[in-house]
Amino acid sequence: MGTTASQLGKELLSEYQELTFLTKQEILLAHKRFTELLTREEKDIPNVRVPMERILTLPELKSNPFRKRICYVFSTSEHKDGSLTFEDFLDLLSAFSDSATMEIKSHYAFRIFDFDDDGTLDSDDLQKLVNCLTGETDDTQLTFEEMKQLISNILEESDIDKDGTVNLSEFQHVISRSPDFVSSFKIVL
Amino acid sequence: MEVDSVFYTDRSGRVTSNPLLDQLPSYQSLLYRRKSSSSGSKRRGSSRGRIGSSGSGKWAVNTATRHEDNQRTEQRAVRELPKCMEDKRREKEQRLVEARKLSSWSQWRQSTRRYLKRLRQDTQEWMSSLKLWRGDIHAIEGTFGTGILSYFSFLRFLVLLNFIIFLLMFSFVILPIIIIPHTSANKTYKQDDGSVCSQYPSSSRRGLVIFHEHITDLLSGGGFLEQTYLFYGFYKVDEINFPNFKYNVPLAYLLVTVAYLILSLIWIVKRSATGFKQNLVQDVDRFQSFCNKIFSGWDFCITNENAARLKRSSLLYELRTDLEEERIKQKIADRTQKEKCRIYVIRLILNLFVIGVLAACFYSIYVATIFSQKAQLDNKKENFIVDLIYEYLPSIVITLANFITPLLFSVIINFEDYSPAFEIRFTLMRCVFMRLTSIGVLLFSLWSQITKCKEEPCICGYNHLLYSCWETRVGQEMYKLAIFDFIIIFAVTVFVEFPRKLIVQHCDCGLAKWVGQQEFAIPQNVLEIVYGQTICWIGTFFCPMLPAVCTIKYFFIFYIKKVSLMNNCRPATRPFRASSSNFFFLGVLLIGLVLACLPVIVSVAQINCSKACGPFVRYNTSWEVLPNTISELPDEAQKLVYAISSEAFAVCLFVFTCLAMFYVIALAGAYKRVIHQLRDQLILEGRDKRFLIQKLCQSQRSSPVKAPTSIAQSRSGRSPSYHTSFANNFNEGVFLAQPPPDSSTHV
Repeated sequence: MGTTASQLGKELLSEYQELTFLTKQEILLAHKRFTELLTREEKDIPNVRVPMERILTLPELKSNPFRKRICYVFSTSEHKDGSLTFEDFLDLLSAFSDSATMEIKSHYAFRIFDFDDDGTLDSDDLQKLVNCLTGETDDTQLTFEEMKQLISNILEESDIDKDGTVNLSEFQHVISRSPDFVSSFKIVL
Repeated sequence: MEVDSVFYTDRSGRVTSNPLLDQLPSYQSLLYRRKSSSSGSKRRGSSRGRIGSSGSGKWAVNTATRHEDNQRTEQRAVRELPKCMEDKRREKEQRLVEARKLSSWSQWRQSTRRYLKRLRQDTQEWMSSLKLWRGDIHAIEGTFGTGILSYFSFLRFLVLLNFIIFLLMFSFVILPIIIIPHTSANKTYKQDDGSVCSQYPSSSRRGLVIFHEHITDLLSGGGFLEQTYLFYGFYKVDEINFPNFKYNVPLAYLLVTVAYLILSLIWIVKRSATGFKQNLVQDVDRFQSFCNKIFSGWDFCITNENAARLKRSSLLYELRTDLEEERIKQKIADRTQKEKCRIYVIRLILNLFVIGVLAACFYSIYVATIFSQKAQLDNKKENFIVDLIYEYLPSIVITLANFITPLLFSVIINFEDYSPAFEIRFTLMRCVFMRLTSIGVLLFSLWSQITKCKEEPCICGYNHLLYSCWETRVGQEMYKLAIFDFIIIFAVTVFVEFPRKLIVQHCDCGLAKWVGQQEFAIPQNVLEIVYGQTICWIGTFFCPMLPAVCTIKYFFIFYIKKVSLMNNCRPATRPFRASSSNFFFLGVLLIGLVLACLPVIVSVAQINCSKACGPFVRYNTSWEVLPNTISELPDEAQKLVYAISSEAFAVCLFVFTCLAMFYVIALAGAYKRVIHQLRDQLILEGRDKRFLIQKLCQSQRSSPVKAPTSIAQSRSGRSPSYHTSFANNFNEGVFLAQPPPDSSTHV
């Protein structure tokens, strides 16, 4: 199953409503924005896969420092190239929607922040995370000592079993006590 | 070596990949295997705890028990699974297949539950689509992030609150009076009984009225506006006799006042609770925690490239400041005794200075109010502008004071040598105090005028010569404050911020550099609107249509602020987080509400109400209507009411509340201790695990053997349950043929 040429069938729409956290209007809007990314030939192919570069032209993702990670995490392609089908796109929007549960959001947040995909956030991951947040150039990054101090503070707050890494349950635990998470982890088209 | 290995030994190097490690349940739950659900993995249906195992049936621990677990616990909705769409579809189909195997009763129950859930979601969707200003707020969010967004959603909340208060007032007080001519009801009113207190000279203008006098009236609430529904004095109704029942207007008026105060209180508390759903287990300031800043630091809703860049630089600034703050704390802790003395003396002097400044401001407000009242009562008309200035003199003085004092406070705080975060909060507290108390001082000076007569004590309880209808006068002052507040906000935006933007954009001189681009300072803006809301709460008793005026006022303020933000301002250097913002806004609003209750209580209970106007003509004070009504109730109801309001009941309630509080505090303390213990235990478990794995690896290295499973099974009796499954499922040789006796003593 997949998207038909240009319209979403009613059955498909209600299935998407059941399987994601999006409302009907949001799904239709997503469909509209997704088809805008397609070329004319691609519009007739069902289940078409859009390469990452085109996805990253969306204004909601363009200025996001985690845009590439987001595409990699939600992509179901075998080549791990970050390309998204329409259903992947819906999964993306569903995880970032207003009504998604805290657990879904924290699960995907963990995967996005896990830069080396090894299942934990170690100090390399945290360092890359902080650099993404502050900027890419040299003068917008923290110095080495500041980074060390920051990472040790983070690990002190979140690493419960003191193994030097933050695993999924520790991450979810610290997120559940972060009051800003739900409001900041949100993308609405 | 597989990259996936997780376990470290003393940070010195990774443990060589051991297939044993990959089998641990805790590790399995961390890995994400995408195509794993081909065998249709069942999820553990627990509603909290880990979203475990996207792991496949590679290590099938007792599928039977897990199946039972599924049946017993509440099944999660399919969309709450963190899987891709294909997997969710498969899961849904599997559940449907299973559902058909159930009895028809469970099927019906499941389908009803699903239907109700769908209904609830649709209702929520519909209600959220009705929200005001969705598009505007979405645009603001995209450009400025969630910190500034919280200010605008706070504004939206106030619009709604004021509208609801107005609806309350309207439907219970104004509407019955309006429909009297249209129904067959008649009203009673204690007419002018000739006493000196009940004379109310009309203040409407006679003869030819010049146009600008209409404007003066509109802006000051006098003249033609005085005898309208706008003010208390117009409600000259005592009882309305409808065909079937009697409607007691004074009682309704009093009860609506109490009701809107309680409603505001409940709504604010509820709103702050939903945003603050934390149990205070640890004594960590969770708004300032580093994890909150890093993991929730980025607003994913930002769409503007410029805003993204600004957000990054503000995050960098914040992180650097916080890291620096730790160093400052260290410095504070290292202070010598002599330095501490010096700093305390400085702080004492500066605080006295601040108190002096506040006293001077309050005194000037008092003088201005008295002068303004005298000028209005003497009724000498000099010219249009000067008249207006006399009318608005208290408002002008209050606004000036509230403009100068924050600047003064922010200069003073630099000398007091606190930590940066505390500096900001302390300055803010001082500004809040200044703002809200200035209204109190205004009201106090008004009351001193009203209750001061030539011959003490006053005949009617108030100065009936000057203030024959004092509630209307107070209402007019509140009305003027509200209007002036709006005018100032509008004027500052148009006459200060736009020119500033033009100067900065087009002129490259030193002035532009010094002035800088306007920053959208959230705290000051919030104080402005909380000040306006406090006026509304106080003034509604005296001016029942004031909530409507305030609703319209905040409606326009939204657009003014939005335009100003989009065109003139850049976000503040120090970011304001959404969650702590919400807490701050609602906290200040609550302080405003408490401060607003005081004047209302004093007016209702203490000061004699006017005998010449308003619904409470028959009574001495406004509060008296309530005991009066209760004494007309049947005996049993009276006894009940007297019992509830007696001291015995109050003492019992107090004791009970104290006990409940002690219980909850004890419970919280006990939970804290348990959590500490569990933490320590977790750390020990982690160390145990690492130690065991180290041992295992050492043993493997010293004697790698293909395993006869019998030995492994005989050993497995003593080990935890998951090892048993390894023995069953695992083929490659990691098991020890003979336990080497020496390795257990190796470290």
